[in-house]
Amino acid sequence: MKHALKPSQYAILITIMLTASVGDTLLSRGMAQVGQVDFQHLGLLWHALFNPYVISGIVLLICFFASYMTALSWADLTFVMPATAFGYVIVALLSRFWLHEHLSNYRWAGIVLIVCAVGFVAGGPSRTEDPPSHHELDIMDSGAGR
Amino acid sequence: MMTTSVLRIWTAIAGVAALAIAGEVLIAAAMRTLGDLDHLRTGPGLRGYLGPIRAVLSSPHFLIGAACMALNFFAMLWALSIVDLSLAAPAIASLTYIGNAIAAKLVLGENVDRRRWLAILFVCIGVVLISK
Repeated sequence: MKHALKPSQYAILITIMLTASVGDTLLSRGMAQVGQVDFQHLGLLWHALFNPYVISGIVLLICFFASYMTALSWADLTFVMPATAFGYVIVALLSRFWLHEHLSNYRWAGIVLIVCAVGFVAGGPSRTEDPPSHHELDIMDSGAGR
Repeated sequence: MMTTSVLRIWTAIAGVAALAIAGEVLIAAAMRTLGDLDHLRTGPGLRGYLGPIRAVLSSPHFLIGAACMALNFFAMLWALSIVDLSLAAPAIASLTYIGNAIAAKLVLGENVDRRRWLAILFVCIGVVLISK
């Protein structure tokens, strides 16, 4: 089983988890300060672009998108997805230990499940080939390809 | 909110999820065709990133995928005006994970083995629990 991610590739996956969750948190905090935007008050959106929380949120989300696409250039979509889901865990843990919010048992259960999911996928290969090529691999495994 | 029919709510949720799936799969297809971006680097330093950036921006799959993502963003805003966030966010996220896995297998030809199906199932349940 080929499973050799370079340290730089692990760094990209960790960047995805951190930027997505922290970026979303900053954006929602900034938009809460700006106030409710509806079709009668679209000017508020322009106003929002000058809010420091919104600016840093947008910068982080751009970083997220860039690293997400980099990861997809060498890993499967189904490999990267659980990694992005880990962002939910980070948000929950941030709200528990930074904002001192109470986490219900349901949320702890959710955290455990997502952590398990990431563990399952991380144990497998990051890039799988198209199903037809499996036949060739079987031949190679049987020794006929040597 | 009470007058919004169940059908309308789930159509909105499914529509937003479908746009997200289309966007993610198209972008993943674009990146899969381009291959490892490190190999596209045109040189050392910051200028070396021009190669990958140009390659990504000239990929039609990427452009259509990014358009789907942008549409998904606005569709999400619209959906939140008729569905509660506490239902919409986990429902859309779960549907997107399952749909992505099916599309990755059928469209991208990824080998979604039992380990990955289990992981996707866990993520879906986890997302629903965590947003309770």
